[in-house]
Amino acid sequence: MATYLEFIQQNEERDGVRFSWNVWPSSRLEATRMVVPLACLLTPLRERPDLPPVQYEPVLCSRPTCKAILNPLCQVDYRAKLWACNFCFQRNQFPPAYTGISEVNQPAELMPQFSTIEYVIQRGPQSPLIFLYVVDTCLEEDDLQALKESLQMSLSLLPPDALVGLITFGRMVQVHELSCEGISKSFVFRGTKDLTAKQIQDMLGLTTPAMPMQQARPQEHPFVSSRFLQPIQKIDMNLTDLLGELQRDPWPVTQGKRPLRSTGVALSIAVGLLEGTFPNTGARIMLFTGGPPTQGPGMVVGDELKVPIRSWHDIEKDNARFMKKATKHYEMLANRAATNGHCIDIYACALDQTGLLEMKCCANLTGGHMVMGDSFNTSLFKQTFQRIFSKDFNGNFRMAFGATLEVKTSRELKIAGAVGPCVSLNVKGPCVSENELGVGGTSQWKICGLDPTSTLGIYFEVVNQHNAPIPQGGRGAIQFVTQYQHSSTQRRIRVTTVARNWADAQSHLRHIEAAFDQEAAAVLMARLGVFRAESEEGPDVLRWLDRQLIRLFMFHLRRSPFLQVFNNSPDESSYYRHHFARQDLTQSLIMIQPILYSYSFHGPPEPVLLDSSSILADRILLMDTFFQIVIYLGETIAQWRKAGYQDMPEYENFKHLLQAPLDDAQEILQARFPMPRYINTEHGGSQARFLLSKVNPSQTHNNLYTWGQETGAPILTDDVSLQVFMDHLKKLAVSSAC
Amino acid sequence: MSQQGYVATPPYSQSQPGIGLSPPNYGHYGDPSHAAPPPGMMKPAGPLGAAAPGGMMPQGPPPPGPHQFGQNGAHAQGHPPQRFPGPPPAHSAAPSYAPYSPSTQSSYPSPVSTSSVTQLGSQLNAMHVNSYGPGMAPPSQGPPGPLSAPSFQGPPRPPQPSVLQPGSQVLPPPPTALNGPGASPLPPSTHRQDGLPGPAPPNAQYQPPPLPGQNLGAGYPPQQANYGPQMAGAQLSYPGGFPGGPAQMAGPPQPQKKLDPDSIPSPIQVIENDRATRGGQVYATNTRGQVPPLVTTDCVIQDQGNASPRYIRCTTYCFPCTSDMAKQAQIPLAAVIKPFATIPSNETPLYLVNHGENGPVRCNRCKAYMCPFMQFIEGGRRYQCGFCNCVNDVPPFYFQHLDHIGRRLDHYEKPELSLGSYEYVATLDYCRKNKPPSAPAFVFMIDVSYSNIKNGLVKLICEELKTVLEKLPKEEQEETSAIRVGFITYNKVLHFFNVKSNLAQPQMMVVTDVSEVFVPLLDGFLVNYQESQSVIHNLLDQIPDMFADSNENETVFAPVIQAGMEALKAADCPGKLFIFHSSLPTAEAPGKLKNRDDKKLINTDKEKVLFQPQTNVYDSLARDCVAHGCCVTLFLFPSQYVDVASLGLVPLLTGGTLYKYNNFQMHLDSQQFLNDLRNDIEKKIGFDAIMRVRTSTGFRATDFFGGIFMNNTTDIEMAAIDCDKAVTVEFKHDDKLGEDSGALIQCAVLYTTVGGQRRLRIHNLSLNCSSQLADLYKSCETDALVNFFAKSAFKAVLHQPLKVIREILVNQTAHMLACYRKNCASPSAASQLILPDSMKVLPVYMNCLLKNCVLLSRPEISTDERAYQRQLVMTMGVADSQLFFYPQLLPIHTLDVKSTALPTAIRCSESRLSEEGVFLLANGLNMFLWLGVSSPPELIQGIFNVPSFAHVNTDMIPPIYSCIF
Repeated sequence: MATYLEFIQQNEERDGVRFSWNVWPSSRLEATRMVVPLACLLTPLRERPDLPPVQYEPVLCSRPTCKAILNPLCQVDYRAKLWACNFCFQRNQFPPAYTGISEVNQPAELMPQFSTIEYVIQRGPQSPLIFLYVVDTCLEEDDLQALKESLQMSLSLLPPDALVGLITFGRMVQVHELSCEGISKSFVFRGTKDLTAKQIQDMLGLTTPAMPMQQARPQEHPFVSSRFLQPIQKIDMNLTDLLGELQRDPWPVTQGKRPLRSTGVALSIAVGLLEGTFPNTGARIMLFTGGPPTQGPGMVVGDELKVPIRSWHDIEKDNARFMKKATKHYEMLANRAATNGHCIDIYACALDQTGLLEMKCCANLTGGHMVMGDSFNTSLFKQTFQRIFSKDFNGNFRMAFGATLEVKTSRELKIAGAVGPCVSLNVKGPCVSENELGVGGTSQWKICGLDPTSTLGIYFEVVNQHNAPIPQGGRGAIQFVTQYQHSSTQRRIRVTTVARNWADAQSHLRHIEAAFDQEAAAVLMARLGVFRAESEEGPDVLRWLDRQLIRLFMFHLRRSPFLQVFNNSPDESSYYRHHFARQDLTQSLIMIQPILYSYSFHGPPEPVLLDSSSILADRILLMDTFFQIVIYLGETIAQWRKAGYQDMPEYENFKHLLQAPLDDAQEILQARFPMPRYINTEHGGSQARFLLSKVNPSQTHNNLYTWGQETGAPILTDDVSLQVFMDHLKKLAVSSAC
Repeated sequence: MSQQGYVATPPYSQSQPGIGLSPPNYGHYGDPSHAAPPPGMMKPAGPLGAAAPGGMMPQGPPPPGPHQFGQNGAHAQGHPPQRFPGPPPAHSAAPSYAPYSPSTQSSYPSPVSTSSVTQLGSQLNAMHVNSYGPGMAPPSQGPPGPLSAPSFQGPPRPPQPSVLQPGSQVLPPPPTALNGPGASPLPPSTHRQDGLPGPAPPNAQYQPPPLPGQNLGAGYPPQQANYGPQMAGAQLSYPGGFPGGPAQMAGPPQPQKKLDPDSIPSPIQVIENDRATRGGQVYATNTRGQVPPLVTTDCVIQDQGNASPRYIRCTTYCFPCTSDMAKQAQIPLAAVIKPFATIPSNETPLYLVNHGENGPVRCNRCKAYMCPFMQFIEGGRRYQCGFCNCVNDVPPFYFQHLDHIGRRLDHYEKPELSLGSYEYVATLDYCRKNKPPSAPAFVFMIDVSYSNIKNGLVKLICEELKTVLEKLPKEEQEETSAIRVGFITYNKVLHFFNVKSNLAQPQMMVVTDVSEVFVPLLDGFLVNYQESQSVIHNLLDQIPDMFADSNENETVFAPVIQAGMEALKAADCPGKLFIFHSSLPTAEAPGKLKNRDDKKLINTDKEKVLFQPQTNVYDSLARDCVAHGCCVTLFLFPSQYVDVASLGLVPLLTGGTLYKYNNFQMHLDSQQFLNDLRNDIEKKIGFDAIMRVRTSTGFRATDFFGGIFMNNTTDIEMAAIDCDKAVTVEFKHDDKLGEDSGALIQCAVLYTTVGGQRRLRIHNLSLNCSSQLADLYKSCETDALVNFFAKSAFKAVLHQPLKVIREILVNQTAHMLACYRKNCASPSAASQLILPDSMKVLPVYMNCLLKNCVLLSRPEISTDERAYQRQLVMTMGVADSQLFFYPQLLPIHTLDVKSTALPTAIRCSESRLSEEGVFLLANGLNMFLWLGVSSPPELIQGIFNVPSFAHVNTDMIPPIYSCIF
């Protein structure tokens, strides 16, 4: 048997699932003692080039409360053409199409290698993809120009039959009608007025008030209803021109004021528009904003420039007067969008905050993207945006819409909740636990927008009682059923069924221990922590985390922007947390403990400890924190470069050394979404702070001389170093063990 | 019936007020035929005299006639040259009368009665002079007058003149005498009514005269003569000296039969007389309290210190000195002010005074503007305000030495010292927020709902706008208009258009939030027409197509106005909205209206509700509009009830105009509509105006009627005021007025010109004051009175039952006349009605007013039409209201094709129509062509190009448009 490591990897490859425990404690009591809950990271749409979707529909268990899908774990009676559901043990007849079934003639879903299988549903209308651009016009001329170009570029990337819409906003909100010839037409809304969905639809004329003329002929086409969303192939030129003609918001902004930006209403109208025209169809609302909402519902700050946007300090002091109301507004929108299966992306590019804290739920609950940059005129934005429309090996967009994730468990397990870009569908059932971890109380979640890397943390509870032991060799099973709209507009269902062994913790503790997936556990715990941090006070979360199992990761997690808000604006925190809650395990790990590579003449690049001692004069460091890529030239290297050695033929090797991290960084930049901030700095450079703030402060101004010697760079901080942390930890562990 | 009505009259006439009885009176007034006769009489009094005499002489009337004329003549003669200097004429008028009233009583018995006809005649003359002098005396008649006069009353005459000046004492007798004659016409009628013995015979006799009288002035004089003798005492007692007037009232002869319509004073005659007397002459405004020519008379007005009657007309040019007196007479003291009246090209336009940063010179206390009424003293260092008597220092920059008669040396160089009307350039202090105003903007708002598209109206409007926009009003000296234009279309949502000049295509922005409408764009909505011409044309071309397949029937209205107002507000400029609307706004929005046209309310106390707006949305909207200088002009194309009372409120209160085209049909009505549109766009207009009427001490302006909005009791706010809009101001005493100082009125309008300049337009008018009722009656102006009565009645319509209003009108008319009879006329038969000369046609006009559909509770008249006319009248000037209430009836068949002159109008009565004739009836609003069944075929051929009456198809009536407004 392969090692657990291999097993874990194999499973991840195949099913996109990583459990914290790969052998499960067989009773609630034992599971509770394990501290780290039984949980898994699920990447529902993990790319599987080797997995061709099957062109038929899944076979369901006939018990109405179960409806599990036929899978390799089911026992099949080939002669009777019966199969037993492995979740509820219901015996089911195979449907007529399966009459030819036999041991040698199995359908794919019964083969073990198809523990993950994808079905393509043929029935039902195919709904087109919908992209609704919501564009802020209160931008600087350069920014607007860059944004316009990006948007125009994106039109060429969209599938020709995709529907597009355009809403622009500033002081007013304009919904552009794209169908008309001649005069360009737009519907304008006041930016200060909160409108209900009904009002918006009435005002846009989406509610068809029973026109006598039209009643005669029945609805000819389901999609005619909206003048505001048109197939790109039809209005490509129009829209390109329209975008080209977009002007900055014409309303004057007096000195000392922020432009009036009606983001709240604009989003509300976008949501209302889609709600009225294409409910339950995959759609993307893409919000491009260059500043905070300053008026109307959802305003984050007033238009007086002298009043700064709320900081963590203000929030703690309860001084952020618009925050609660705005958050409520955006939450309401997010929930509505989620209900209708629409996702909301936020592309916020500004030097100051833009209200991501308040708006975060829009992206978080609907599975939308959140991108934060300094300007639309940066490669960070441009490339990130372009990457959204990247395609997979089949030429399909790496995006899926309107997904529902349903989780089914064997009787010994119950579902405690999920943490990720999802909302609860509030489907109660026998396998739903009372205890909630993350978004709980349901066995189904809606994920309006997801891509191949979107990952959810799903938490379980072992409910088997200690006195009802599971027979040796028993296996617990979990089935994940993800129904979604593929970017090719097909409806698809991906089913992943996994099973793990039960083990009695008393007798087989060793097994359980060995099957512990430290990385997954760390990320899962971190997710829980972040989830709590979003809703609770910071210190409490830290204390909670401290009380839980603590490993190396936790040291960095405690210092990470996911839990610490110091030095981060509320927007930044929201941004970091957003990404942490949806990236897959590898990326999450990078986020928690950034990777540090060292380049030197002494050998090939090597990963080094994320420690101040790694900062040496003759090294080049490459740090990847997921959000930033930092290249740091040690003191000597920097001096050499300054002296221009790299340009001298005889020092070509130095040139190569300088080039190596750049190439590596480039590689990372190419692949990552969102594009990280790329920082090239050197010893003493102001940007070096990005590095210094991350490394373990093993040398500080306090202990520099005691540690002495040559190595490393002192960090001016009062933070405890890992050493101190560990010392405390040991003490604590020992004392608590007593 | 009518006669009976008349019969009823007497009682009323008896008791001075006769109020109690008034209704009956009214009743008979109601009937034109009754009223008519007196006018007939009136006519003769005036111009006819000349012609008539010949014919009439035999009957005896001649004497009076001549007398009158004589006097008139005298006036005419004397006046032009010398009188004018000032006081004399005034005196002559005022004093002469003054005595009457007091004297009358005493005078009755003695002098007059016995006095021969001749005496009466002479007295009459005096009276006439007074009465006519200002108003009607035709110069031409002068000659005949004198002639006759001498014959009749050689002696009396001399005294009169003398009397005139000295005033009271001497006059009494003459007046009475005059009255007698004046009354004479009346008597006949009265006699008839009463059937009094004495009168009766005269009546019989008279009757004939009246007829001739109609034809000619002479007619009436005869009557007087007749009366003189017969009536003696009684007649004499009528001081009125209204030969004509009385006659009418007297109306029904005992002969019982029908009142001879021709015996009623004829407005036509009065008008013609005045034309003949004063038409084509120069009328100089140098005299205090002189009564101007009638509005119907064409003459050249020369501003010599008082505002032209084109700007201000008063109900009376002689105010009673005390409020008791005013109450006694019940003659409304009012001025009809048309501050932007159009001035014919042969009159001098207003001078513009610019004091630079100093701004206008104003009295420190009452803030009156420098005007001819300011008296400079102390060598020119100070001046005394004519209004409040405060002594002010002359600002250094304004100092000027005085000449030997105490006039500034620059008296004739400064318009504000020598003219009645002039303009000041306003300084920043007079501007909103102390910022110079922006040039105004015009916003065109077109209803593009189904019906307007279908009947081609939208296309018509769009086509027309392309040309009419070339003619936006501009300052005289400017090349192009500074006015910016904007476009909105709407049905139940609003479409704004961006027509910025740099756009290739206009952009449409739809605002659907009609509950709280706003302006979706700033830049590019209001543009300079010249700069954006191509985009605008592009837009106007596309609008009809854009909505061609729209089947939206519902419209909004209040949000449309709101949108226009907000747009102007956002652009920080005043302006005017042109709204082209067609239906009841039933879409869900503020100002939504429901059909509440309930005929059952008619003739109930709730009838007034039909004239009130349905919701208060429009009222507050109007307030906002006025506050932001947003004038609303509404073109309505209703095919059914649209609730004009509600829709028209904002146009009314913002100084806009409401045009209504019922069942608009392209081929019939488009010409009229387009003409109205062109006129409305091109006409002279001032924006964002505040008007203030200041008066000298002793009286003040208390009530205001017109297209105005008042936030307090003194400032008349108008979003805009154009050359057709008049404001009627009523004055009340708050103290005694002095005969010497007279009554001064200064009307100042602060406004923004079409070029965006802030200006002050000042009109000054001085009136006489008298403690004699006769003076008051003598100086009245019927046309202005009717204007006032109409406006006050139409305003009251909102709050009182129509019945009450009608009663009040009748009562007040009766009271005025009764007061005259009691105090100014010589004693007469109790039943006799006596009309002052200046009010000869008042009964006829009042009758016309009472017959207006607003005051008439008749279910067959559409509610909208009534509301429309009610609002229309509220802003009318004197000339408009005169024509409106007494339409012109032109016998077209008598038209001399070779001459450009219109045929002489005939009295506006159905009985005047003949089957052989073709008549055109015009009231300034509508024109009717009445074809007699047997009208000459060649005429029909000429007009309609069809061989005979039977072939005439009403649909093919050639476009005729109103050229009268």
